[in-house]
Order: sequence, then C-alpha cells, then structure tokens
Amino acid sequence: MDEQRLDGNAAAGILEEIFTFEITTARAACVHCGAAGEVGAQMAYVTEIGTVLRCSSCDNALIRIVRQQSTPQRYWLDLKGIEYLQLQ
Amino acid sequence: MAGTVRRLTWQVGEIVETSPQTPRTKSLFLEVPEWRGHRAGQHVDVRLTAEDGYQAERSYSIASAPENGRVELVVERLDDGEVSPYLADELRDGDGLELRGPIGGWFAWDAEEGGPLLLVAGGSGIAPLMAMVRHRKATGSDTPVRLLYSSRSYEEIIFRQELETLAADDETLEVIHTLTRSQPESWRGYDRRIDEKMLRKVAHAPEEHPLAFVCGPTPLVETVATALVHLGHDPARIKTERFGPTGG
Repeated sequence: MDEQRLDGNAAAGILEEIFTFEITTARAACVHCGAAGEVGAQMAYVTEIGTVLRCSSCDNALIRIVRQQSTPQRYWLDLKGIEYLQLQ
Repeated sequence: MAGTVRRLTWQVGEIVETSPQTPRTKSLFLEVPEWRGHRAGQHVDVRLTAEDGYQAERSYSIASAPENGRVELVVERLDDGEVSPYLADELRDGDGLELRGPIGGWFAWDAEEGGPLLLVAGGSGIAPLMAMVRHRKATGSDTPVRLLYSSRSYEEIIFRQELETLAADDETLEVIHTLTRSQPESWRGYDRRIDEKMLRKVAHAPEEHPLAFVCGPTPLVETVATALVHLGHDPARIKTERFGPTGG
C-alpha cells in the first residue's frame, strides 16, 4: 500500500490501541512551530509498517508509530515532535 | 478521559442484511454483540484475514444513526482493491465480519452541538454525513443543514431516495446535488465539480459560523476546505475526512 496523506482521524484507531482512550480531540502543540490544534486536525501518513502524524501548519513529525504485528505485539512510539498534549 | 479503560478490541459482527445502493456500492448492515454505541461521524476498522494469516485493515465510516441498533457501512467496490471486492461481492447474510470501533471523536457531531451544519460529500463520503442527517432526524433537532453532494451521475447518488424524502418534509434540511460526469436530460442542478463559486452560493455566510464536515476523495476535500477558508470561514469550524487515493 502506498503512503496516504489523510486526516489525523485516520490514525485514531492505532492511537487508541496505544493510549486506550480517544485522543483525536486532544490538542497537541508542535515543538517546531508552536501551532496547537486537535490531533484529528493534523495530517496522518499511514502505511502498513507505521503511521506518522504531521503538524498541519509546518509538516513537522509530531508522532511516529511503528507496530510489530507478529507476537508479541510491540509498538515504538516517538513523541518528540510534540511540545505538550492537552487532554480533556 | 475519566472512567474505566476500555481497550479497543477486535470483535465479530454478523451481517444481517445487505442492500445494493448504486451499481458500485452496497450497504452492509451488521449486528455487533458488544457494540458500545457510536456518535454520528465515527468509523470502524474492518480486518480481513487470509488463510495464510495475511491481514488487511480498512476504515469504514458508520452511516447509521446512533439511535439505530444496527451498524450500517457503505462499501464501494474497487476492482483492484484488496478488501472491497470481498465486502461487496462475497459477504452474505449470517457471515461474520471482524471489526473494531467506534473510532474517532474529532469528525463527529452530536445534535446538542447545534450548527448550522454545512455538509459536503463526494461519492461514498456521504456515509458519515448521512449518520449526522439521520441522527438529527432521530433526535428531532431543528439545526439547519445544507448538504452539498457530488456524484458522478444520477444513478450513483447514494441514499438518493431517503435524502429526497427527508428533505421533502423538512424546511431546514436542504440537499443540493451536483453531477460531475453525466446528467439526466431534464437535470437542472449543478453539473460540475465542487468549486469556490458553487460554495459561495451554497454555503452559509461566514457570519453564520456554520460547522462544516467535508468527506470524500482527497482532491475534493482539499478543494472544499481551501475554498471555505478563502471565503472567510473559520478553519477551526471545518472538519475534514479524506479517503485518500483509496487502497480499496
């Protein structure tokens, strides 16, 4: 499957696998440009091997996720593009 | 985020009905035993597993209202797709389908949020917006709604009859169609792709602060979102759901 540029909503499933709660309405601030917005309003790049959530203002990688499907299931989660997450 | 942790788990829904919508699309109605209820606009992930263990996942928006006990998905058959031909052609009543959800709280609308609502759909992008229109009806909401819906031809308008019926006895629900490839002879509606000029005419004035939900193929979604911002609408009130180039 080719890489697809989608809405943050498209990453909602894998994000909920990790965080166990709905996170697309949380606000994330970008470490690079400072823009803050809901996770669902950012851009998601989804492939078979992983998902990258990019800032809709500056394209900086906010969240990078790699998932190992085989047992044991593992995730690698890189959050260093996020300054803070504001949860409700 | 308070409350108990509810892991997003895969479960098996049972197909209780399938119904053709258009020559290329079909509605699947599912009963999901552990369904925790959904909000209009949310989606599910569907997973198919081949005999050799290979798995393919796709997301499908839920078209049914939260008030309806069954989960309705609209499946568009893409000939070179990995998942959609199976969903569209092979599934029969009584079959099980592995899914998880509901997923996503951002592209969702609850009647109490009000509006006015501006809904813009392309093709099977109507599905989550139909859930909103049905939810509004089921709750007796009088939030004004304008739905601008782009289809290739008259025959390819999904939910055509139901939308017609809903709009016929509801002055606050306006449905505007555009047919981009072919039009019936007597067609008086729009006959081109959605553009800024069309949105200027169809959308509420920016001063009315409509809440916009746009769903469809990526080029349509990006055109509409850009045009709405250009027309003066608040970007924070525009929510988009791109299908992407569709992996099928």
